Amino acid sequence: MSVLAVLARRELSLAWARGGGALLAVGFFVAAAVMLPLALGPAPERLAAVSGGVTWVVLSLASLLSLDRMFERDFEDGALDLLALGPLPLEIVAAVKCLAQWTVSGAPLAIAAPVVAVGLGAPVASAAMILAAAGLGGLAFAFLGGTGAALALASRRGGLLIAVVVLPLLTPPVIFGGAAIANFTGGLPWGAALSLLAAYALACVALTPFAMAGACRNAQS
Amino acid sequence: MITALNVEDLALQRGERVLFRHLHMRVAAGEAVALAGSNGAGKTSLLRAVAGFIRPVTGRIAFEGAAGALPSDDARRAGCHLVGHQDGLKPERRARDELLFQARWHGGTASGALNAADRLGLTRLLGLEVRVLSAGQRRRLALARLIASPRPLWLLDEPLAPLDADSRVLLGVIMAEHVATGGLIVAAVHDPLPIVARTVGIAP
Repeated sequence: MSVLAVLARRELSLAWARGGGALLAVGFFVAAAVMLPLALGPAPERLAAVSGGVTWVVLSLASLLSLDRMFERDFEDGALDLLALGPLPLEIVAAVKCLAQWTVSGAPLAIAAPVVAVGLGAPVASAAMILAAAGLGGLAFAFLGGTGAALALASRRGGLLIAVVVLPLLTPPVIFGGAAIANFTGGLPWGAALSLLAAYALACVALTPFAMAGACRNAQS
Repeated sequence: MITALNVEDLALQRGERVLFRHLHMRVAAGEAVALAGSNGAGKTSLLRAVAGFIRPVTGRIAFEGAAGALPSDDARRAGCHLVGHQDGLKPERRARDELLFQARWHGGTASGALNAADRLGLTRLLGLEVRVLSAGQRRRLALARLIASPRPLWLLDEPLAPLDADSRVLLGVIMAEHVATGGLIVAAVHDPLPIVARTVGIAP
């Protein structure tokens, strides 16, 4: 088995154990969506109008749930030192960690997103587009959340820092994804918004591992 | 393959405090060095600097191979084991999973890992979760990767501390074998190492 596969297996198993795996994120997501009609009132036309936007916002919050401990445990128990002395650079280790996080919580959320949106009254035809947007958005959320988690390592009260550093970076995918869904349901062109979301997600995948590795090295020194 | 470690005129700093200056040390293949010094003298920091985690204030740390100087990063990634106070074991995972991961990550094989576990008397414990192991058992599990994935330079931080008398003797035998086959050992210790070792004092 190659070292990459060995690492990926470990990270998947740790991501699954961390924060209850997919169940916590999906549970939070569905619970928030079920609460919404209780607060807004059950009128279908009102719910349908906000279904896309609400789905997207709740999704972005749900995907951040278990992110803040992504590097912290490895840092505290010395496993980060071990990972740094392995054959692969820390940049790849960080990317594998984020991809594992996405597989365990981002992908199940992406599958739940169309169900929730359609349940709230979004047109069934939008389901495929919402699945694609949620998958791409989840990728951006996982890598940005990982960056915040790595930056918080060397500081106390890391959670607050993550919020301050990561929230501004999270706004573009929220805007692009929300716009794509709203335009689709409104019958407007939605390709541009989805393309921007994809571009942003891929830029996060390509660039944030360098920031994460740098932040880890800084914390280790 | 590292054949020598050179520490030249090294100074290390933690926060505002300079730990030591002008440290010279050469460890050649087949040699063991015991770092001696009081608490807080900088033994752990020196080991972490050799492993590449702490940047020296002045001086340099260089690795030599059979064909001359080695790039530090490659030498560390391919030739260096660091076993410290923190063993990097995840409490909720089984000892077997953690041992196999640590061994393979450092370039070993599954069968090598199981042999190492056998040698260190861990075979019975492999099915247990790491959190139920004692401090000494956890340390033995962490030490198993030294045997499971052969690398020339061992950086050991208080390797004996949690071990019982029999395990100390066993670790001594394992270290002696490593040195006899051309390995290098740098260990921070308070008790004498169970093998013949040169002592290097760390003091401000």
